[in-house]
Amino acid sequence: MSSAPTMNPVPATDIIRVRDLHKTFHTGDVDVYALRGVDLNVGRGEFLAVIGPSGSGKSTLFHILGGLAPPTSGEVWIDGLALRQLTETQRTEMRQKKVGFVFQKYNLLPTLTARDNIAIAQTLGGSTTRPPDFDEILQLLGIKQRLSHKPRALSGGEQQRVAIARALVNQPAILLADEPTGNLDTENSNAVLEILRDLNKRTRQTILMITHNPEAAAFADRIVAMRDGIIHAA
Amino acid sequence: MINKLVIENLKHRWVRTLLSALVVGVQVMSILTLIGLSHGLLEQSAQRAKGTGADIFLKPDTHGTFSFSGAQINERFVPFVEKQPHVLQAVGVLSVPIEVVNTLNGLNFSEFEKLNGGTQFIAGGPPHGANDLVVDAYYAKQHHLQIGQAVKVMGHDWRLSGIIAGGVLGRFIAPLATLQQLTGNAEPPRISEILVKLDDPALTNQEVTRLNQLLKGNLQAISVADFVSQFNINNIPDLKAFIAVVTVLAVVVGFLVVFLSMYTAVVERTREIGILKALGAKPNTILGILVREAVVLAIVGWVIGLVFTFAARGAIMATIPASLPVVNVPAWWPIAAAIALAGALLGAIYPGWKAARQDTIEALAYE
Ligand SMILES: Nc1ncnc2c1ncn2[C@@H]1O[C@H](COP(=O)(O)OP(=O)(O)OP(=O)(O)O)[C@@H](O)[C@H]1O
Ligand SMILES: [Mg+2]
Repeated sequence: MSSAPTMNPVPATDIIRVRDLHKTFHTGDVDVYALRGVDLNVGRGEFLAVIGPSGSGKSTLFHILGGLAPPTSGEVWIDGLALRQLTETQRTEMRQKKVGFVFQKYNLLPTLTARDNIAIAQTLGGSTTRPPDFDEILQLLGIKQRLSHKPRALSGGEQQRVAIARALVNQPAILLADEPTGNLDTENSNAVLEILRDLNKRTRQTILMITHNPEAAAFADRIVAMRDGIIHAA
Repeated sequence: MINKLVIENLKHRWVRTLLSALVVGVQVMSILTLIGLSHGLLEQSAQRAKGTGADIFLKPDTHGTFSFSGAQINERFVPFVEKQPHVLQAVGVLSVPIEVVNTLNGLNFSEFEKLNGGTQFIAGGPPHGANDLVVDAYYAKQHHLQIGQAVKVMGHDWRLSGIIAGGVLGRFIAPLATLQQLTGNAEPPRISEILVKLDDPALTNQEVTRLNQLLKGNLQAISVADFVSQFNINNIPDLKAFIAVVTVLAVVVGFLVVFLSMYTAVVERTREIGILKALGAKPNTILGILVREAVVLAIVGWVIGLVFTFAARGAIMATIPASLPVVNVPAWWPIAAAIALAGALLGAIYPGWKAARQDTIEALAYE
C-alpha cells in the first residue's frame, strides 16, 4: 500500500496519515509543484496548526485532506479511509461524513438563517441526529441567541462561530480550518481560537488549522511548518 | 431543508422571480384565452344552430364541414323540400360572413317564425321594410344601439327593427331578397342552406337518410344534432394548427425566460453552489435545487396565468362580447400547467448542468 516502506510505522491512533503527498498543477506550459512530498500524522483528538508563508501549499493540502481535490501521488488516510483511489462521488460522500470545513470567508449561505445554515449541512450530510453535546457546543460558541438571523445581520466573528457549528453538526472525524481568523480583528480572532481550543479539550474533536499567523498557531497543541510544498517539524 | 433553500433563494431575488413568473403567466393566459375564445365561438355557433328550432340542415353536397363558399343552392329547392312528407317547414337562408367571426343571415322572417315557434324580441319587432335589420343583444349592447336607429353593416344602411337574445342563427338577420340583391345572388335567387322542421323530431335520422337519397348530388342533409357535434376544435385544422403554434411559442418563451433567470442565478450563486458542494451536495442535488426553483416559477406563473385569464375574460365580456365570446375551459388548465412546466424544465437544464459540474474549489474562490 504505502509507497514508502522505509517510513516508521504509524500509531493506530492517528486519524490523519499523509505519506509522500504530491500535488502538481498544470497551467498552460508551466507545472506548479504545490506539494512535493508531504508527510504528516495527526493523532485522534489532536489540535494541530500548520503554519507557513503564502504559496507554501497550505490550502492545497487543506483541499486534499478535505476531499475537495484529488492528490497527484502519495497516500492519504482520513479515519482509515484511503483517499487516493476515491472517485469524485466517494470524495463527496467523504465530505458529508468525515470532514467539517471552516473557511476564511465564513461561507455561510446568505439566503438562510444561521439555524438553517446548520440544518442544511445536516441534511446534506444525510444525518437525522445531532451530536448529543451539540447544544453545549452552541452554548460554547455563544450563538444561541443569534440563530434566527441571516448572515448579513451577523458580525464576522458570529458568522465564523456559526460556520464552526455547521462544521460540527455531522460529527466529523476532523475539523479542517483554513485561516479561520484571517478576516477577523484580534479580539474576535482570539475568541474564535479560544473556542476551537475549548472544543478540542472538551469534545476531543480533532482539528487541523491552517494559518500564517504564529500567534494563532500558538493556540494549537502542536505546530508544523510548511515551506515550498514540504512540511518541516517546527 | 432543500425546499426551504429553494424558496429562500427565490424570495431573495423576488423581483427576478416575479418577472419570470409573470412572463410564464402571460404565456399561460395567451393559451387559455385562445382556447377559451375557440370554445366560445364554437359553443356560440352550436347554440345558434340549435336556436333555429330546425331538425335538419340542408347544405350543398360538398365534402367539408365549414364551407363559406357562399350561395350555391337555387332557391327553387325550398318549395321542393317543403313538399316532402313529414316536412313541416323549410326556410332558405343566405349566410354572408362579416367581421370575420359573424354572419349576416338573410331569410324570410315570417317563415322563420313558423320554424322556431316565434322569436322572443328584447326590443322592437320583426323586420317589415326591405332595409330592416334584426341584431342580437350582445351586438346591440356593444354598439349601444336603439330601435329605429340607422346601422351600417356590409356597407349598407339598415334600420334597426328589433333586438333578439343571442343564440338564434347568427348576430344579424335581414330580409332574404335584400341580401340576395346586395351580394349578387338575386338572378337566379340563391341561398346557402335550408333549415328544415319535421312534424315529428323522432323521425329525424330516418328523414336525413331519405333526403340524402332524394337530393344526392345537389344537397346534403345533416341532423342539427350531428351538425352541432361537429363543433369541435379537432374538426378545424386551421384552428388546431394555430393553437399548436401558440403552444410551441409559449414553451419557447417560457424556456428562454426561465433559462435566463436560472442562468443569472447560477452565475450569481457560484460561491453558494461551491459551499453546498463542499458540504457534500452531489451534482444531482445541485441540479435538483435549480429544477425545483424552475418548477416553482412554472407553478407561480401558472397561477398568475389563471388569474390573468379570468381577468382577460372579464374584460372581454364586459366590452366586446359580440366580437369575442370567451368561455372558461378548465379542462385546459392542466394542459397549460404542463406547457408552463415543460418550458421551465427545459430552461433549467443547462444552468443546472453548469452549476452541477462547477469546480468546488474555484467556486469557493469566486468573488
Ligand atoms: N488551481 C491552481 N492552479 C495552479 N496553481 C495553483 C492552483 N492552486 C494553487 N496553486 C499554486 O500552488 C501553490 C500553493 O498554493 P496554496 O494556495 O496551497 O498556498 P497557500 O499556502 O495556501 O498560500 P496562502 O497563504 O496565500 O493562502 C501556489 O504557488 C499557487 O499559486
Ligand atoms: Mg491558502
